[in-house]
Amino acid sequence: MSRQYETVIGLEVHVELATKTKIFCACSTEFGSAPNTHTCPVCTGMPGSLPVLNKQVVEYAMAVGLATNCKINQYCKFDRKNYFYPDNPQNYQISQLYLPICHDGGIEIETSSGKKVIGIHEIHMEEDAGKLIHDEWEDCSLVDYNRSGVPLIEIVSEPDMRSAEEVTAYLDKLRLIIQYLGASDCKLQEGSMRADVNLSVREAGSGQLGTRTEMKNLNSFKAIGRAIEGERARQIELLEEGKAVVQETRRWDDNKEYSYAMRSKEDAQDYRYFPDPDLVPVMISDEWIQKVKERQPELRTEKLLRYRKEFDIPQYDAEIITASKKLADIFEEATAVCGKPKKVSNWLMVETLRLLKENDMEPEDIRFSPENLAKLVLLTEAGTINSTVAKEVFEEVFARDIDPEAYVEERGLKTVNDEGALRETIAGVIADNPQSVSDYKSGKEKAIGFLVGQTMKAMKGKANPSAVNKILKELLQ
Amino acid sequence: MSILSLTAVQLGQKIKEKKISVREAVEASQEQIEKLDSTLHCYVTTDAKKALEQAGHIQKKIDEGTLTGPLAGVPVALKDNLCTEGMLTTCSSDILGNFVPTYTAEAVRNLERQGAVILGKTNMDEFAMGSTTETSAYGITRNPWNTDHVPGGSSGGSCAAVAAGECFYALGSDTGGSIRQPSSFCGVTGIKPTYGTVSRYGLIAYGSSLDQIGPVGKDVADCAAILEAIASYDKKDSTSVKRESYDFTSALVDDVKGMKIGIPRDYLGEGLDPEVKSAVLSAAKTLEEKGACVEEFDLSLVEYAIPAYYVIASAEASSNLSRFDGVKYGYRTKEYDGLHSMYKKSRSEGFGPEVKRRIMLGSFVLSSGYYDAYYLKALRTKALIKQAFDKAFQKYDLILGPVAPTTAPKLGKSLADPLKMYLGDIYTISVNLAGLPGMSVPCGTDSKGLPIGLQLIGDCFQEKKIIRAAYAFEQTRSYEGPNLDRVKGGEEA
Repeated sequence: MSRQYETVIGLEVHVELATKTKIFCACSTEFGSAPNTHTCPVCTGMPGSLPVLNKQVVEYAMAVGLATNCKINQYCKFDRKNYFYPDNPQNYQISQLYLPICHDGGIEIETSSGKKVIGIHEIHMEEDAGKLIHDEWEDCSLVDYNRSGVPLIEIVSEPDMRSAEEVTAYLDKLRLIIQYLGASDCKLQEGSMRADVNLSVREAGSGQLGTRTEMKNLNSFKAIGRAIEGERARQIELLEEGKAVVQETRRWDDNKEYSYAMRSKEDAQDYRYFPDPDLVPVMISDEWIQKVKERQPELRTEKLLRYRKEFDIPQYDAEIITASKKLADIFEEATAVCGKPKKVSNWLMVETLRLLKENDMEPEDIRFSPENLAKLVLLTEAGTINSTVAKEVFEEVFARDIDPEAYVEERGLKTVNDEGALRETIAGVIADNPQSVSDYKSGKEKAIGFLVGQTMKAMKGKANPSAVNKILKELLQ
Repeated sequence: MSILSLTAVQLGQKIKEKKISVREAVEASQEQIEKLDSTLHCYVTTDAKKALEQAGHIQKKIDEGTLTGPLAGVPVALKDNLCTEGMLTTCSSDILGNFVPTYTAEAVRNLERQGAVILGKTNMDEFAMGSTTETSAYGITRNPWNTDHVPGGSSGGSCAAVAAGECFYALGSDTGGSIRQPSSFCGVTGIKPTYGTVSRYGLIAYGSSLDQIGPVGKDVADCAAILEAIASYDKKDSTSVKRESYDFTSALVDDVKGMKIGIPRDYLGEGLDPEVKSAVLSAAKTLEEKGACVEEFDLSLVEYAIPAYYVIASAEASSNLSRFDGVKYGYRTKEYDGLHSMYKKSRSEGFGPEVKRRIMLGSFVLSSGYYDAYYLKALRTKALIKQAFDKAFQKYDLILGPVAPTTAPKLGKSLADPLKMYLGDIYTISVNLAGLPGMSVPCGTDSKGLPIGLQLIGDCFQEKKIIRAAYAFEQTRSYEGPNLDRVKGGEEA
């Protein structure tokens, strides 16, 4: 490859909002219920039914817009996007085209090449579609409208990103902001956050944009990264061969690590957008914006500042913890109970992150309660259990959210603080290991580690290691 | 005196006084349906058994004193685009031939709370698209005044049923004149209220920004009472308006002294039948004699109303009717090969030609590249028409004119030339575009004995002015009904 290419990427991110009810009716948004149990005439497109806007959707959209430095359209409207598909019961989706609620914002990201602002073109509100289930056995398709009418916002970025790293940083930042706002849990795997990637390449230095493709079906950060690399390579190859990139929508297959053309611009549908006559324009007063601003929870930057002031934990730890709303919440709640920020932070930074990684989980998947973590910290601090036992107990807390106090009690895991019994055991260990004893006495300091280990083994791990150390040294003098 | 000669309010009074039972009233209507409907075909669905059961329940509540409204126990007919729980609601279309809603339109629920007995559902132009009730998938309705003529449309079944005594009053819907024009053709009284006055929840939409449900009655007092019963602020309809008052009957006063009434010269020009013109001007004269100040003025923009209307209504309809696809309810074609074939065949077989014409027109004007030239321009025209009315209402309390350029045409003469049929809506359509209230009141008959309607248009929320003027005018003439012996005599062509 002789020429240098630059990748230009813009994202369309769909986020399912955490409202209790749907965007245009009072049905529940609960996930995972029996098919068609959260439905009514409105969200199943029955004739004569009419949509009524859920105000909470507007507030969440505004909150996200304000947190991403967008301007709010104080007069915004809903439009109908017309297309036929059975998961779309009215055969039009209520969305926003002409006057979306937020526009012209941006967020700052940080990558290995420094800081950069990614522009946000607009944020609009819309309704989700139902779900089609293809029954191979019966050779028919069934439709579940539980998801029909679940509120979404679509966040459309400017084509400001140049690499997979920037895309990941942007998505990470966006997700964190939205989670902090409580507007969505933003789970890519479960589909509550979905990203479509618009990508084009151009020769480095060119002022003109190349022809772009849109990639869909990206359900993890890793898949997004791979899809970007794959599509960049595919487009460059085409250009190198003197061929043209076709403007089209492509579907990424993460197993095959290849994208397939879904439809080209020529057969792109004409959605015949027009203002929905069943809904009145949304008028957003200055007071309303002010109210949403006031209710805006503490975001990450402010949280970091506060942690520095309030808690004695390293900046690095604070950054890791605040990088997830869930971790930050656990940290604050556990600290409030036990009053030991540094200890709580350690449990989160070391054991929690290790277990998350081992189990291929996200912080959002954590199920244990901050109270149980706090109890564990207190048990360790009081010397009731030693650190080895504590790790074992934590694994149980992590896996099943057990109550550490009850668990330690039931299994007899308390550290033995009976010095008489400890001395007796240690005397036995010394007697059984003459070689190590003489090694130690001849100056091999390391040999004491073996003796501590033997003592712990004999005590079934319930001894306090520093006490063992102290008594050993005393007896070996 | 026969029960059938009573108006709805008169009947309600007699029921309250226990002079007539609800059952007697229902049976009188049902006998009339039995006698005439094989010829007139006002109804697409009736449920005699259910109506009689309902009569029993309502009678009990009236006797207990829990139902005291003026319309308690009075039998009603509903246009078949109003959803009724458990009762077929077809919009006179094959595509909804088997559709039984699980909910009732808010306007109908309001009537039920007042103790209405539902006789059945009335015939209409398919999805309210038409001016003659001839586009119904279930056959034509005949005009009770002369069975060779159309009853008008699209609420033709409702208006003909009221005129023929097959019900005591009815509900219709009006998107471009669909209550006022058939009221005029059938010699009954009908109101299209200010947009947002009656909830559209449960009204199967044609042109959502123009549709309003309204009353059809024998006289002005009936219409005022019905409107009072059906109008309400409804949270389920985002376009519903919270009005300061829902009182309309207090406007039934025989006094128009000092009222300023304007007649648009634009409404009296080319195309207006001389007999209609003369009846309308004579009605204006009557109001003048009663103390109103009547003068002619130039409204302007009238010729743009029809194209603007057909662009907007068709655009909305093309989207509103896309939900009828054979997937969830309604008609599905018998044999198909895949999803697109099912869509295409179900819709091609389920919709009639006029509906297809408007879906295609609407899809076209919304298409990319044409949106600005047609749809957006039509919206601007709509805004200008509203401004022209605003200007007129700075000067006048009411605007007076004909409802339609002619009396009811003969059956089979209209559909062949849709453009001409569309022109027949010229005096009614701008009222919908501007969201205004309008009323049709009988003001005579032509030389063929067909009724002529007088249209009164008010500013937004000024229904009471309309009702007052209409009531005052009505006091100068006696109610004229069709000669139903001629229907019975069977002119079945």
